[in-house]
Amino acid sequence: MSYVRPTFRHPELPKNKLGYTIDYYEGSLSTLCAGCGHDSISAAIIQGCYEMNIEPHRLAKLSGIGCSSKTPAYFLSNSHGFNSVHGRMPSVATGANMANRDLIYFGVSGDGDTASIGMGQFVHVIRRNLNMVYVVMNNGCYGLTKGQDSATADEGSKNKTGHVNLFESIDLASLAIELGATFVAQSFSGDKAQLVPLVKAAMKHPGFAFINVISPCVTFNNNVGSTKSYDYVREHIEATATMDFVPQMQEISVDYGKGSHKHVKMHDGSIIELHKLSEDWDPLDRQSAMNAVLNAKAKNEILTGLLYVDPDSHDLHHLLQTNDKPLNSLGKADLCPGSEALKEINAGLR
Amino acid sequence: MKPTNIKDPEYFHKVVDCQYACPAHTPVPEYIRLIAAGDYTSAYMINWDSNVFPGVLGRTCDRPCEPACRRGRVDEEPVAICRLKRVAADNKNDVKHLMPQGPFKQNGKKIALIGAGPASLTVARDLAPLGYELHLFDEQKKGGGFMRSQIPSFRLPETVLDEEVNYILDLGIHTHFNKYVESMKDVLSKDYDAVFVGTGAPRGRDLPDLPGRKEGAANIHLGINWLGSVAFEHTHKIGKKVIVLGGGNTAMDCCRTARRLGGTHVKVVVRSPFAEMKASPWEKEDAAHEDIPIIDNHVPKSFVVENGKLTGMTFEKVTAVYENGKRKLVPVGGPDVFFEADDVLIAVGQENSFPWIERDLGIEFDKWEMPTVNEKTFVSTNPKVFFGGDSAWGPKNVITAVAHGHQAAVSINNLCQGIDLNKRLDPMVNLVSQKMGIHEWSYDSEVTPDLRYKVRQADKKLTLSNRKKEVELGFNHLEGFKEAERCLNCDVQTVFTETKCIECDACMDVCPTACITFAENKEEEVDLRASLKMPANNKTQDIYVSDVLPTKRVMIKDENVCLHCGLCAERCPTAAWDMQKFFYNVTKTHTGCQKH
Repeated sequence: MSYVRPTFRHPELPKNKLGYTIDYYEGSLSTLCAGCGHDSISAAIIQGCYEMNIEPHRLAKLSGIGCSSKTPAYFLSNSHGFNSVHGRMPSVATGANMANRDLIYFGVSGDGDTASIGMGQFVHVIRRNLNMVYVVMNNGCYGLTKGQDSATADEGSKNKTGHVNLFESIDLASLAIELGATFVAQSFSGDKAQLVPLVKAAMKHPGFAFINVISPCVTFNNNVGSTKSYDYVREHIEATATMDFVPQMQEISVDYGKGSHKHVKMHDGSIIELHKLSEDWDPLDRQSAMNAVLNAKAKNEILTGLLYVDPDSHDLHHLLQTNDKPLNSLGKADLCPGSEALKEINAGLR
Repeated sequence: MKPTNIKDPEYFHKVVDCQYACPAHTPVPEYIRLIAAGDYTSAYMINWDSNVFPGVLGRTCDRPCEPACRRGRVDEEPVAICRLKRVAADNKNDVKHLMPQGPFKQNGKKIALIGAGPASLTVARDLAPLGYELHLFDEQKKGGGFMRSQIPSFRLPETVLDEEVNYILDLGIHTHFNKYVESMKDVLSKDYDAVFVGTGAPRGRDLPDLPGRKEGAANIHLGINWLGSVAFEHTHKIGKKVIVLGGGNTAMDCCRTARRLGGTHVKVVVRSPFAEMKASPWEKEDAAHEDIPIIDNHVPKSFVVENGKLTGMTFEKVTAVYENGKRKLVPVGGPDVFFEADDVLIAVGQENSFPWIERDLGIEFDKWEMPTVNEKTFVSTNPKVFFGGDSAWGPKNVITAVAHGHQAAVSINNLCQGIDLNKRLDPMVNLVSQKMGIHEWSYDSEVTPDLRYKVRQADKKLTLSNRKKEVELGFNHLEGFKEAERCLNCDVQTVFTETKCIECDACMDVCPTACITFAENKEEEVDLRASLKMPANNKTQDIYVSDVLPTKRVMIKDENVCLHCGLCAERCPTAAWDMQKFFYNVTKTHTGCQKH
C-alpha cells in the first residue's frame, strides 16, 4: 500500500535561483482518481512556481469545494492555504488580498464551484479586477458527487451513463472576456508545454488572471461522446499561439518567423512571447479575442492559449487607492496618527 | 529510437542491478523479500540453488552486487546484500530435506574433479543429482580449497564452511583427500568421461630479487602459504612487529591474522595510493578497526638483516602520476624509510601454476602459462578437459568460481550426453503481475528512508585473543528485517503497454524520481536521453522506449533511479503501467528453458 511518496528524488535535480529543487514545491500525494487531469494541473503549478523562483511563503492557495478545490493539498505544501466554502473562494481571496497585498493569491476552483454555486462571486471578482490567479479545473461534471452534468458540460455531450446533456453550456472564457477580465487564457491539462508558461504569466499579471483548463474526469467523463474527454479534447484542440514566458531581465533568444511573432510586455518588464498560430487575432484587443473564441466554438474547436491580456491593468488596490503596505506591517504610528490628524479630519468635514 | 524489446529477458535482467552484477546472477531481491517475511529457509534455498555457499558468501563475498545496487544511486549506501545473505544462512531451519535426495540413479558417466574448491564443488553439486560418478581430488585433508586455507576463521567459522561443503559431499561424491594429483596424463589415462580442473591460483607471488630476501628467509613468509599453515594449525605464532606487503584482501587477512598470533605492531605497507588498493573498502575498515595502520605509496626496497636475523625493511616513498590513464609510481626523493619488523608477510598477488599438467595432452597453454579456455563453455583445447574458478583465468573470487562451476557442469553434461557444448538452454524466466487491488501490491512497495544498518562486531579484546572467534555478529532478526526493507525490489518491473495508455501524464507527474517522460522520439539515443524531463546521464543504465502513442509521442523511462515504488502504476487509470515480478534463473544443469 503506498499512500506515501518516497522521499528520494532524482540525485541530479537542478536548483532554482533560490536554491530550491522542485520537490520543495510539492504537496502531499494526490488522493484524486488515478489519471485525473487535475493532477497534471497541480504539476504545472509546481513547475511554474519552481521556475519563477517563488518563495513558497509568499504565496497563498485558495479554493472552494470540489475535486478541484482539494488540489491545493497536492502542491506547495510550504505555502499558505485556505480551503473555503463552496463557491465563496473569491470573497475569501478578496479579504486576504485587501489585508496583505504582498502575497501571490492563487485561487483554484472547479466548474461547479465557479459556474454554478459560485457564479455570483466569480463575476464580481472579475469586475473588481482583484490581483489573483484564478484557475478553473473544468471537467464538465460533478465528479465528487458521481458525475452529474455541470453547467459547463456542452449541449449534446454524453456522460458515462449515456445521458445526453440538454442545456447550453456556460463558456467561462468568453464570459470572463465579456465581463472585462484583464487576463484570460484557456488550456488543457494534457498540454504542459502551454500550461506552465500560462501559469507563470498569470502570476505576474497585476490584476485578475483567469485560466480555464479543460481537465478530463477519467472516472465519470472520459467516455466516447463526451466533449471533455482526453481523446475529444486532443482532436478538437486549437491553439492561439505557442507561447513562452520570459521573466524580467532575461534576454530573448528565440527568433520566430516574420509577421507571426508578438511580444506582450508585462507591467514589471517581463514578456510574454507569442508565436501566433491563429490569424485575425490580437491578444491585446478584447473584441478580437472574443471573435476568436466564438469562431473556434462555431467550428467545434477548443481554442487554447492566451486569449486576451491587458498589460496596463489596474487592480483593486489601485482602484480603491488603498495603502501600499500590507496591514500587518502597519505600526502604531500609521494606525493611530494622533489627535492633531483627527482634528484636521474633523475640520475638513465642517 | 526503436521501441525497447522487453521480451528479451536480458533487458529486465539488467534492471535488476544486483543480480546482473552477480557473476552467478543470484536472484537477490527475491531472497531479500523472503528474509523480510521471516522465511529464512526459502531465502537460503534460493541462494543455495544459485551460489551454493550462502553461509560462506554471506560472510566473505567480494559483493560485486553492492556497488551496483540501485539504492546506492539515490541513498548514501547500497543495501547490505551480503550480510542479509548471512541472516538467511544463520536463521534457516533444517534445509537438507529440500536438497536433492540421493542415492541417485547412476548414468554410468564418471568425472574427475581436481581441487576441492568452490568451482569443483559446484560442478559436483550440479552433476551429482543427474547420476554422475564424481571423483573429487584435493591435497588437503578437507574440502573447501582456498575458502578453508585462505579465509581466516575469524571471518568464516569452520563450522559454517564444513556444513556447506558437506551438503555437497553428502550427495555421494567420491572424495580423495590428502591426495595431490601429480599428473594429468595419469588422470586422463583412467576411464573418466571428463575432467574438471578447479585448482585455483595456488602460487603466492614472491619478491625474490629484493636484497636480503634470502638472508632473512626464516622470517619472510608468503601470505597465502602462511594463512594456510595457520588454518591447518601448523603455525601458531608470529613476531611482535610485523610488516604485511600488499594491498589486496589477502594482505588484509594476513595482517588481521598476525594481530591474533602475537603481532602487536602490525602494519600494512602498500605501493599504491590508499584509494587504489585492491582490498575491499570494508576489509580496509576492519583492519583499521584492529589498530593496523596502512601505509601507502611505499615501494619495498630491501629486507634488512642484521646478524642473520631480519630487523626490518626499507622503502622508497613514491607518488602516483597518471599519464594517458596509466598510473606510474614516481619517487618523491628524500631518504628511504625504514620500518622495524620481526616478520614480513608477502601478499602481493598470486598466480596460477600447473606443474602437474603435461604439455603434450592437447591442453594448450599461452605464453603466460595459462590454459586456453572457452569463455562460455569452459572447455580447454582438449575436449574432455574443463577449467573453472581461479585456475581458468587467474585469481578472482568465490562467487566467480561458483558461476564458472555451473556453466562447466552444463558443458560436461552436454559432452556426456552427446549434445553440442554451445547448445545451452535459455535461462528460466518468469514475469507476473503483482497487482492485488487499487493500492495493493504483493510486494512491499513503500520505500523506507532508513540508512544502511551497521553489522555489530564482537568485543575486540575477545576477537584479538582468539583467532577462531568470529568478529562480525551478523544482523539479528529485527536488523535483518529493517535492512531487507531498504531493498527497492528492482525485480518488480515497470511494464508499459502503449495500447492502453491515454496519455494523461499521471505517471510522469507522480514519479518521485522523474524517470518518466512523454516526448517526441529522436533518431539517436544520445539526443533522446538529453531531451528527457531529467536527462538520462547514466549511460550504463538503459532507457525504456515505447512504441508511438496516438499523439505521436513515445513514453521514455530512464531506468537509472527508478525506485520501483509502483506509484506510476497506481496513478495509471488504465493499467497501462503494471508492476510485474521478473524472475530470472540462469541456466544450470537442472534449470533452463527449452526453446520452442
